[in-house]
Order: sequence, then C-alpha cells, then structure tokens
Amino acid sequence: MVYPLLDSLRLSLYSDEGAFVGLANLRELLPGGSLSSSFWNALGNNLVFFAFHFIVQNPVGLLLAVLLTQHLLKRGKGTYRTLIFSPTVLSVVIVGFIWQLILSPLWGVVSTPLLGLTSTALPTLSLMSVWQFVGIPMMFFYAVLVGIPEDLIEAARVDGANGWKIFWKIIFPLLLPMLGIISIITYIANLNAFDLIYSVQGALAGPEFSTDIMGTLFYRSFFGFQLQSGSTAMGATVATAMFVVILLGVLVYLFGWAKRVETYEL
Amino acid sequence: MTTKNVAHHGSGRARRGLSKATIYGILTLYTLLAIGPIALIVMNSFKTRRAIFDSPFSLPNSETFSLKGYETVWDRADFPRYFFNSFTVTVLAVGLVVVFGAAAAYALAEYRFTGNTFLTLFLAVGVMIPIRLGTVSILKLMVSLHLVNTLWALILVYTAMGIPLAVFILAQFFRQVPRDLKDAARIDGAGEYRVFALALPLVRPGLAAVAVFTMLPVWNDLWFPLILAPGESTKTVTLGVQVFLGQFVSDWQAVLAALTLAAIPILLLYVIFSKQMLSGITEGAVK
Repeated sequence: MVYPLLDSLRLSLYSDEGAFVGLANLRELLPGGSLSSSFWNALGNNLVFFAFHFIVQNPVGLLLAVLLTQHLLKRGKGTYRTLIFSPTVLSVVIVGFIWQLILSPLWGVVSTPLLGLTSTALPTLSLMSVWQFVGIPMMFFYAVLVGIPEDLIEAARVDGANGWKIFWKIIFPLLLPMLGIISIITYIANLNAFDLIYSVQGALAGPEFSTDIMGTLFYRSFFGFQLQSGSTAMGATVATAMFVVILLGVLVYLFGWAKRVETYEL
Repeated sequence: MTTKNVAHHGSGRARRGLSKATIYGILTLYTLLAIGPIALIVMNSFKTRRAIFDSPFSLPNSETFSLKGYETVWDRADFPRYFFNSFTVTVLAVGLVVVFGAAAAYALAEYRFTGNTFLTLFLAVGVMIPIRLGTVSILKLMVSLHLVNTLWALILVYTAMGIPLAVFILAQFFRQVPRDLKDAARIDGAGEYRVFALALPLVRPGLAAVAVFTMLPVWNDLWFPLILAPGESTKTVTLGVQVFLGQFVSDWQAVLAALTLAAIPILLLYVIFSKQMLSGITEGAVK
C-alpha cells in the first residue's frame, strides 16, 4: 500500500513523457501556473467544506450525545441512537441523490435552487454531508460521556456547582481530546471527499466550479474532462499537493493540539 | 417533610437544566430529520408519477400505488449483477483483511523482533494517509497486471486499504489476551500456530468491529470502481446506481426506485447488526 503512495510522489516529478522535471509540475499549482486558479479555488472550497463540518457537526453531535446520556431518558435510548446513526451507513452517492431530489425545485419542497446557485451550492453540499456523518461525533462523544464516573459529577454538585458549570468545568475538558480526534478524522475525510460532489454536481463541480474540491480536481487533472485533457503527471502532482495539505493538518493536530490538550486519567 | 423533598427534587432537576420533555422533544425532532428524507424517498418510490409530484408527503394508497419505477430499473439496469459484484468484492476483501490483519496483529502484539516499532509506525501512517492519493500508480499497476475491469483489482486495493486499521484495532485486542493462558498452552506443548488459534476466539469482538469497519467503506465506495472497474460486467451497486441515476435523472419513478433498492439492503443489515456496530465504535473510541 505504501508503494502506490511513494510512486505517486515520484511520478509528480516527471512529465507525461517520462522526463524528469523536478518540481516544475508542482510550480503549475502555484500563482502564475496553469492550474493555479483551479487549485486554490479547490483548496479554499475544501477548507470551507471542512469548516462547515467542524462548526456544525461537533456541537450537534455533542448535544445529541449529552441528551442520550441523560438519566431522565429512560426508554428508547437504543432506538434513537440507531436511527440517528442510520444515514452514516448509506453510500454518499445515495445521500447525495436523496437530497438532490428533495431540494429539486421540480418537487417544490424548497423553492430556491440551492444546488444551482454559486452562493448556496457549497454550503448546501456541506450540510448534506454533515447530515450524513453527524452520527460519528455523536457516538464518539457518547463513548467519552458514559465513561465519566458518576462520583465526579456528584462531588461537584455537592460543592454547589450548577449544571452549566459542571458541563464547562468538568465534562468539557474531558471531551477535548476526543474533539481533536474527531476533527482530524473529519479533516482527512473531507480533503479526500469526492463521491458527494461527483454524484450531485458532476466532475465539473458546478455551478462554475463553486463546489470544486481537491478530490474532483484530482479526478479531472488525472482523467481529463471535456476540454481539459488528462495527465498522469498532473494527477500525481495534485495528489502530492493533497498529501502535503493533509500532512500539514496532521502536524497541526499533533503539535498544536494533542501536545497542549491535557488527557485526564479517570 | 414531603414538601421539602419535593422542593429539593424539583430544584435538582432545575439545576440540571433539562426537562424530560425537552430531551425527548429534541431527540425525536432530530431523529425525524435523520430518517425523514430516507423515508420520503422509499415512500414515493411506490407511487405513480403524478402522485410523486402532487402529494409527496402522503403514503401510497390503492389509487397512487405503482411499481413502474421498479420495472424500469429491472429492464434497464442489471441490478442483480451489481449486487453480486458488490457482494463478492466486499466478502473477499473483508475476509482477506480479517485473516491478514489478525495474523499481523498477533505477531506485532505477541513477539518482540527487530522492526516491530518500525512496522507499527508504518501501519500508523497507513491509517492516517488515504490510499486514494496513490490512485495514479495503482491504475498503472493494475494496467500492467491486466487487472483493470476485474473484481480482483478492487479486492486487492480494498484489502490493502483495510489492513492498517485492522492491525491497529486487533493488536489492541490481542494485548488483552491473558499471558498466562498462552504460556500454559505453550507448556502443554502447543506450537505457536496453535497458540494463535487459541487466542483468536478471545478477540471475537475485535474481529467483528474490524469486519464492520472494513465492510462499509468498501460497499459504499465510488472512487475505485469508477477508476479501476467501470465496465458493465464489473460495476458495483454504488457505481451502478450512480451511472443509472445520471442517465435517468428525469424519470423520477425510476430514480426513486433505484435509490430505494440501493439503500434498503444496507439499512436492513445495519439495523440487524446495529448493536454490535455501535458498541464497536464506542469501545474503539475509548481505547
């Protein structure tokens, strides 16, 4: 499995004809290069795509997990969990089409063509993906919450802390390491995303590339599409760039987050 | 005394800040948001074209019931074959991942040898970096092996993709198998393979978790079928649905029927195994 990765890195240093060109391919992605505008557009969109996940998915997942662990919730805990998680097991392609139908102006459930406008297409697609995957942070947070000993909460309550204070001072710090893990998993998955955009908006990631992300750009530069011709070298180059972006994220997580956030033994 | 108790109870609840009604209310609302869209699709796939547009939110009745969408799907796409392909690929890939994953995990957890740390790190990189980034080379490799448009191309890629995480999870489980048990077997003259076979049933929950985590991304993947096996005879369900939907966009009955056909089997499987699966995630997350 490591061979294809290393070989892709190597291929990004060669031209399609097999001549060694060094970093010339990579330079095409930088300002002034032929792929520069597509690349930065895709990267920016991809970061927006991730930001939506980070901002919406975590609080909603946490809220649901907190509700699921309340003592007042006596019946139906398992049913709620199972049903809320169910979209996650579906193929992204199916989810994409389900929402495409529901949001279709033809059906009239919503009147604006949310997927057809450059301003709303990317947020709409991001929220579709959040809808599908919110079960994952929910289950991960749930796992941490059920592991917090009852005595700890009880002791704080005896000391006069209210529910709000208990949450922010005791529970939240215990959740932080998990928040980091969820975020880095989401980051890697988002930078790899392809299926949703491809099945809803096609390889051209319309309208006007407003939903183009790294995955779709990778696909187009490798296989070509319509006017653009495909190129092994450029495909490998975009993959290398994705590798670098993912690596940067992982490094930020490891040194900027995991090192600083304290993990408490319970 | 009684009033005091009630008052105390009441304030305790207020301090928690959430009433029973709020908890049930929010959870029910979100559950509807989660399954509503799926239910809407399934429900409308059994209706006439007219009814789909006129009254999307009502259940099909004797007047609006229609199976025309399913007939179109049956005539125009070879769904049994897509299912067979997906099934073959998933079962073989999961099987290979479990077999190789268990063997490698046992070796890493049980023996100290040169390169043990290196291998562990190597696999950690494999978990972190998506194999998709190597697509260019994978395609070249498959072309030179004449495996393009065969199910083997997919099986091999998915096996490689699944092994790192499988080894990680299983090594964790193997470390928890009591040492005394293994040593007792060794004293009784059991060979190393026999000891491995003894430890295997003890990590069954781990094997189940690995099987589920490998199965879902393989079954649902669009990328590799699209690139390595786009031919009609090797299409998987996910790719088959994607292509079919692309061609029949305007035939809503067929689109809804195809979506339902693709979604229902995996949802059924999930509901049956949801207990094992969700507890697999919870346990995996805490470790």
